[in-house]
This record gives sequence, structure tokens and C-alpha cells, in this order.
Amino acid sequence: MNLKTAASRESRLVGGHRLCPGCGLGSIVKQVLSSTDAPIVVVNATGCLEICTSAFPQTSWTVPWIHSLFENTAAVASGLNAAHKAFARKNKLTGKAKHLKIVAFAGDGGTYDIGLQALSGALERGTDFTFVCLDNEGYMNTGYQRSSASPLGAATSTSPAGNVLAGKQTNRKDILGIVAAHRIPYAAQSTPAHHLDLLAKAKKAIETPGPAFLNVFSPCPTNWKSPTAAGMEICKAAVETNFWSLVEIENSKWKLNYQPKERKPIEEFLRNQKRFKHLLAPENAEIKNRLQTEVDERFTEVCKLAALG
Amino acid sequence: MQKILTGNEAIAEAMRQIEPDVVAAYPITPSTKIPEKFSEFVANGEVRTEFVAVESEHSAMSACIGAAAAGARAMTATASQGLALMHEVLVNAGGMRLPIVLANANRALSAPLSIHGDHSDVMLERDSGWIQIFAGSPQEAYDLILQAFPIAEKVRLPVMICFDGFETSHLATNVEILSDATARKFVGQPPKFPNLFDLEKPLTLGGYTSPEYFFEAKRGQFEAFESARKVVTEVGAKFEGINPRDFSGGASYISPIETFETKDAEIILIVLGSAAGAAQVAARNLRKAGKKVGVIRVRTFRPFPTEEILAACGKSKKIGILDRMVPLGSSGGVLFNEINSAFFAAKAKTETANFIYGIGQRQFNPEHATEIFATLAQAKFPKINFVNLRG
Repeated sequence: MNLKTAASRESRLVGGHRLCPGCGLGSIVKQVLSSTDAPIVVVNATGCLEICTSAFPQTSWTVPWIHSLFENTAAVASGLNAAHKAFARKNKLTGKAKHLKIVAFAGDGGTYDIGLQALSGALERGTDFTFVCLDNEGYMNTGYQRSSASPLGAATSTSPAGNVLAGKQTNRKDILGIVAAHRIPYAAQSTPAHHLDLLAKAKKAIETPGPAFLNVFSPCPTNWKSPTAAGMEICKAAVETNFWSLVEIENSKWKLNYQPKERKPIEEFLRNQKRFKHLLAPENAEIKNRLQTEVDERFTEVCKLAALG
Repeated sequence: MQKILTGNEAIAEAMRQIEPDVVAAYPITPSTKIPEKFSEFVANGEVRTEFVAVESEHSAMSACIGAAAAGARAMTATASQGLALMHEVLVNAGGMRLPIVLANANRALSAPLSIHGDHSDVMLERDSGWIQIFAGSPQEAYDLILQAFPIAEKVRLPVMICFDGFETSHLATNVEILSDATARKFVGQPPKFPNLFDLEKPLTLGGYTSPEYFFEAKRGQFEAFESARKVVTEVGAKFEGINPRDFSGGASYISPIETFETKDAEIILIVLGSAAGAAQVAARNLRKAGKKVGVIRVRTFRPFPTEEILAACGKSKKIGILDRMVPLGSSGGVLFNEINSAFFAAKAKTETANFIYGIGQRQFNPEHATEIFATLAQAKFPKINFVNLRG
């Protein structure tokens, strides 16, 4: 995958949308959709991306796009895929529509939580589509309530850092493991700051027949309370600390695409984000250490899976 | 050609003839036979439909939305909890003006759990943006499924064909089936409409609207329901035209209601669905004894045929309105309140009473209907009555 090729493709999400400055969503969507020349139809879950790009009577989308509800994105994609198959059988497809690819975008709420059942169903049914989770670790469109993607210790509006409870009390859900357990052809994890990695994975996901899944780390300066310009640095820190690994699973074989030479301590990721500010205080060392343990244990697991090949 | 079919089988047969592009369904009693039968047609190559065996009714309707938005004909069948689980998606499909067709085997809602028939499920969807037409028999269920797409596609509204769980879904009876060619010619091909597979004109569908636009979108839906009044009966008339059967009795699709002995009737019962049969038997017997009684069966429930009901009630003095759902904390059942408000608006002096019957499939026979007529014949009677209830 060549950056120049991808960058020179006509953008499928154009400017004028209402995403916050520094938001990761626009960057991810543009990269994912410019990874291929294939014609695309987009299914979008309720959330920031949907609201900020589709406000009637304007649209930021130059490709066909549908939003139905919050939790049913993968099921809507199944319907589109079924229509495509039926039309193919009835010889009703003409031109480029024959090679149409379906890409679904949902936040971590629409993936890890309320959309999990529909996602699982679509993966099991073999729906030919790519489901992209835009993981900003919480319900950002409504002001950062905790999701099951929110990290241990994160201060959110429904898991605030109080005098007794120092932020979220439980670990993130292992969504990649859950998806991998469906034994679909392709699943991967990336960030918008790792362009070549994301472009290659998006292309593979979109062009692989059958279900594919991408979990993409998405900075949210508004709710992470991080500097607007720091998003890509935070992505890099997430990878260098092993908080967010660049991995892919092809036909149930795990592969680690990048291993930091020296794993940075979790503080490198936490600093710069006020949602974690309280974790750096000495009295909250215990919860921060638990987060470090979770990160290290997960990474060890991924390494073991990758070593199995 | 006549075939002995249950309501579910008759519906599956109509679906086979329609050969929709997509059927997405999740099994639930008493409509399970529909997806079972239809998946047999798929497995045997009798249809080219893509059958999506979804993991829930919520996803069934969501898949129908995806398919219909791509320009496909999409159908599903459900009942009760399934319809309730779909609720959010039903409203969404209506708002997006997608011509989806749903067959619902009317069934009670839990708790307590009942797998049996009543109208609690469909009544909760009366404002969900779906045309609702009640079939009174397996024959009507077959006929209406064939009429559903021509109606839906003309007014861009989804259509729900409601038929009574067990009483219609499981009743095996002679059903007159059209030839495949005649049925297919009648249903025709869907009109072209902007869709998601049109890459030349990329559509943004289901976007966000601010307070400046939302109300107008809803007004559009309202207008579509008004225009549906005429379209439902026009499609009905066309259906009768291609049909060898005789529709000259009261059950013609040219009217949204079926009338039975209402012309000079002093007491009339108004009912939805299969219970009309028992009410008509009772009325026929009472007529033999010289009583001026009649029955109105409301077939098209949304849009509600206010004018037709008022006209059919004529100069009757007393009306018994039968509801197959329990009005909880309300002044009466849904049908009762609809008709009362129509009478009020028309300044009619007709006396009305509400009869709650058939809840969780409590028996409703001609003798129960006879008792209702007897209650109404008295000088005084309660406003809300429970039929065939113990204690």
C-alpha cells in the first residue's frame, strides 16, 4: 500500500462536517475508505460520526450511506448484503454495483455494548462486509459515559473519579478476542497514526470475502481532555506502551504487526489525558498498577497467540 | 386452485409467489411455520430469495431496512414479543418510508407468559408508521399478503398484515390460490426509487435532522397515510378484478370494512380479525328471531376508516365495540376510543360500550357474541365489559 496512491484517491468523506477539531473519526474513515478503489456503501451506527456528517439537508458523504439505529448496524449490513446476493442471482446488478463492498462504522458503544448481538449475528451468518469499530473508549456523543471499552481507572461521567471510587472499576472488554472467536476470515487492530498499517489492514478487510473486522483506536480530545493536536501522539503512545497492539488475525492465525523495542510504562499513555489525571496521584497507584498489569498480561497473551502462528 | 392450508402456510405460499428479494426472520410462536416453510422453498430452489436467518427480531427488521434501502423487496413474519422487540426498528422503517411487508400472528404479550392469541402486540404498534390490515381468515391472509407490496410501494409506507395467532395462523381451511403467473402479474415489479445501490446518485439515507426539518418529515408520513386510504381500496379493487372469486358479499376489498346485516340494524358489534365469524353467526341467529342486529369487521385499521364506519353504523342506536387487548388505565380499548372519538366528532348520539374479549385466547364463541347483543339490548349496561371472564 502506497501512501501517495491512497492520498490521491477522491475522498469519500469530504470537508464541512461538524466533527470536533482533533477528532480521530474523520481521519480513520478517510484512510479506511481510500485504501481501495472498490465501490463502497457505508452503514453508520448512531453516534458522533453519523450526526456530524449527515445533518439534513447537507451530507459529507460522496458514497451511498445509511444510518438506521444505534445497535443494528451489522444487521442492516446483512440486509444490504442479502439484497446484493439476491440481485446478483436475479441478474439485476449492473456496472460497478456488481463489485460493491459494504463497510459499517460504529463507535465502541455500537460495537462492544449495544451493537454486540447484531455484530455477532452478522459475523456468524458470514455477511460479506467490513465492520469498523471507531474505538474512543466511551460514549462520546453524549458527553463521555463509560462503555465496556473504557479502560480501568478512566474518569467518565458515569464512572467519575470520586473520593471513594477512582474512575472505572473494571477492565476493558477484549472485543478483538470476542470477534476472533467467531473465526471470521479477517480481524485486525490499528490506529489512525499508523497510516501504512491502517491502510493495508483496511484494504485487506474490505477486499476479503466474508466478514472482516477492524478495531481502530480513535482519539477524542473533547472527552479525553487532551490537547487538540495531541491525538496522533497519543495513538503512538498507546502502541508504544502496548496499551493498543497492532495485530491482525487472518483465518484464525494471530500476527503481531509491530512490537515496541522497549515497552514504555503506562504513564506515557496516561499523561496528556485529563481523564487519567487522578491515576498519576500516589493514592491511586494501586489502580494504575492494575492497569499496567492488564496491559502486560494482554500483550503476553497476544504474543503467545502470534507465536502459535 | 383450492388448497387446504393453514393461515401460516397460505402466507408462505403468497410469499413464494411474490418471491421477494430478501426474507429476514426469527422464529416465534405462532408464526414460526412461515419462515420454516419459506426456508424450504429456498432450500429447494423454488425461489431466488435470499433468506437471512437473523439472531433476533430486532435484526430481522434491521436487515429488512438494509435490503429495502438497496431497492429490494423485503419481508418478515413475527408475533408478540418479536414484534415488541422490533418496535424501535418498526418506527425507524416507517420514518425512512421503506415499503417493507410484515406478517404478524397476533399474540398476547408477557407477563404472565402466554403464547396465545390477542391483539396486545399489534395495538402497541398502531402509531409506529405502518399500515395495519387485519385478515379475518387464512384466505384473507393470503389475499392481503399479495396486495401488500402494491400498496406499500405506491405510498412508500411499510405494511403489516395482522392475522390472529392460532385462530388464523393454525386454522387449516380451503384457500383459493391464484396461479403463479396471475399472482406475479398482479404484484408486478417494484417501481424505481432512489436506493443505496445506485452509485451514480449516492444517497444519504437516515441522517440527522434538526428541529427545522423533523416536523416536515413527519408531516410527509401523515400525508402518506391519508393517501393510503384510497390506495388500499384501489389495490383491493384491482385484486378482485384479476380474481375468479365472487366478492359481492360484504367482504369486498373495495371497502376497508366488512359489513354484515348493518343496513337497518339497531345494534351493531364492531370487531377486528377472526372473531367477526362468531359475531356474524350470533347476528344471523338473532336476525332469524327478528332482532335488528349487525356486525362490522374493521379490516384496514391504519389508516383508520372513520368515514366508512360512521356510514355503516347509519342510524343504529347502540354499538358494542370489541377490543382484544386490556385497556390499562385508559377509558377503553383502542378500537373503542377510536370509534367513540369518531362518533363524538360526528355529533352522533349512538350509545357505545366496550367489550374486552379473547385475551390470551380466552374462548369467544357465537354464544358470547349473543350475550353481548343481549347486554346491549338492556336499558342500562356498563361502559367496559369483560367477556367470558371468571368471577
